Amino acid sequence: MALLEVENLHIAVGSGGKLLPVVQGVSFCVDENETLGIVGESGCGKSLTSLAIMGLLGDSTVRITGGSIRFDGMDLLTLSAPERRAIMGNRMAMIFQEPMTSLNPVYRIGDQIAESIRQHQQISRSAARDRAVELLTLVRIPNPSERVDSFPHQMSGGQRQRVMIAMALSCDPKLLIADEPTTALDVTVQKEVLELMADLQDRMGTAIVLISHDLGVIAETCDKVAVMYRGKIAEAAATADLFAELAHPYTRGLLNSIPVVDRDVEWLEAIPGRVPTLEETLTGCAFHPRCALATDFCASRAPETSQFKPNHSVQCHFAGGSTT
Amino acid sequence: MSDPLLRLVGLHTHFQTKGSGLFGKKKVIKAVNGVSFDIAPGEVLSLVGESGCGKSTVGRTLTHLEKATSGQAFFEGNDFLALTPSEFRPLRRDIQMIFQDPFASLNPRLKIEQTLAEPLFIHGLCKTWDEARVQIAATLELVGLDPKVMARHPHEFSGGQRQRIGIARVMILKPKLVIADEAVSALDVSIQAQVLNLIKKLQRDSGVSMLFISHDLGVVRHISDRVAVMFEGQIVEIGDKTQIFEAPQHEYTRKLLGSIPRISLGREVA
Repeated sequence: MALLEVENLHIAVGSGGKLLPVVQGVSFCVDENETLGIVGESGCGKSLTSLAIMGLLGDSTVRITGGSIRFDGMDLLTLSAPERRAIMGNRMAMIFQEPMTSLNPVYRIGDQIAESIRQHQQISRSAARDRAVELLTLVRIPNPSERVDSFPHQMSGGQRQRVMIAMALSCDPKLLIADEPTTALDVTVQKEVLELMADLQDRMGTAIVLISHDLGVIAETCDKVAVMYRGKIAEAAATADLFAELAHPYTRGLLNSIPVVDRDVEWLEAIPGRVPTLEETLTGCAFHPRCALATDFCASRAPETSQFKPNHSVQCHFAGGSTT
Repeated sequence: MSDPLLRLVGLHTHFQTKGSGLFGKKKVIKAVNGVSFDIAPGEVLSLVGESGCGKSTVGRTLTHLEKATSGQAFFEGNDFLALTPSEFRPLRRDIQMIFQDPFASLNPRLKIEQTLAEPLFIHGLCKTWDEARVQIAATLELVGLDPKVMARHPHEFSGGQRQRIGIARVMILKPKLVIADEAVSALDVSIQAQVLNLIKKLQRDSGVSMLFISHDLGVVRHISDRVAVMFEGQIVEIGDKTQIFEAPQHEYTRKLLGSIPRISLGREVA
């Protein structure tokens, strides 16, 4: 059994009396020592999915309306709040996009790391502090025994994200969820942070769910990929299999939209139109208004998840581009 | 080569910071520290670099949004850096800027037609609303929007559409030089591709020169004729696009190019 199993997850946003579905039947699993990448554009539901796993949806306007999330044999959605809290930050931890806003500006970083350790472990202040120094060493902050007393504003963006990683790893989590961990960082710093995460995974065997809008980041760091479009997984496969043969027209469109650095392209093959808003109701396949392959059939019937290749699933009537 | 449209010679833009504490020493931050380049008519030059390298400050100095510390900038042969605000005003029609954030750069209270008419009236290109509306309609079509949207407010548009409106506001003046500061960075990739194609097409069709400021090397390769790589306030390497991307000379350029995550397509032969 996989470490994390998300099955048929549905999340809805309540506005007024009606519920708008934002995540519609998402399923995936992640094993120990494995990295799953979830890629998609703004509003596709990738962040909400990760917040649902962490139990951070909190707000009564965003609700899980169906499905299950099993972690290490436990059904997370049936746990009580204290039971859930004992797991959060301890056995599963999360890194957020903005290292500037997710650290408390008025506390020293060592105290912030120690706080998360002492939340879950009965150890003394000084032992927690020693552990904080150890963790800063692990994430390669120079002079960790001095920097442990720094305030967040005294550190660069890359260093702050390392502190966030140190904090997330403080209780040796089995699962790490990273929501756009490098999006706010420069490319050279991004490379260092991604390499650090991969290195730590090798040493600790952590399972990672990496959420990103950047197909390049996903391609380089993940073992398998789920491509999300408007609340559903359009395509999912092992990374090598996915890029060997893209099955969903949206994935192909996404890839063709990226201006690459290694060759000249005269005009980008942009996907026409835009993602329909939540209020706009759609019948059939959510991608059909923007899809070159779409037929009347696509507009009337939503595709089920089908196996395109072994371990390569897709939600498209014309997977692989053929019309048979 | 013909005379450059813009020639920048030894531009310095320095900022003074308050020192730490009451008696702390003031520090000078040399955001732009001796930058020189030419842009020919019809040419697209990109400034690329990481945050804090000074690339945006170059653009902001050229539009008088920051004050140059020293150096010269010639537009069609005339130094315009030392001009007073009122002396510079006529040039603002020729030197236009597209900003990054399509949500912050449009006045939320103005209808699209008001936003687009403002520059026309300010620069005396139109006298009446009827004249203005003709030009607004034509420009909206140029950027791929239905002219009917001119009666709407910015909040009714998506990020990509707002950026098209920002581009329309610039193009409606038929400028000679457009400075685009991270013009597509806030957009999702599928929308970014549409807007990039649009900018490239408008640039080709109108022959406007462009200073394209971006941190994204892929975007830069797609849009530019020439590329200048900036690091710590200086240009470390400048050259034709192909040379910069195919045969980078400077170590920093190579480091930047090496840091970009790549996607390898097809099945690799093991």
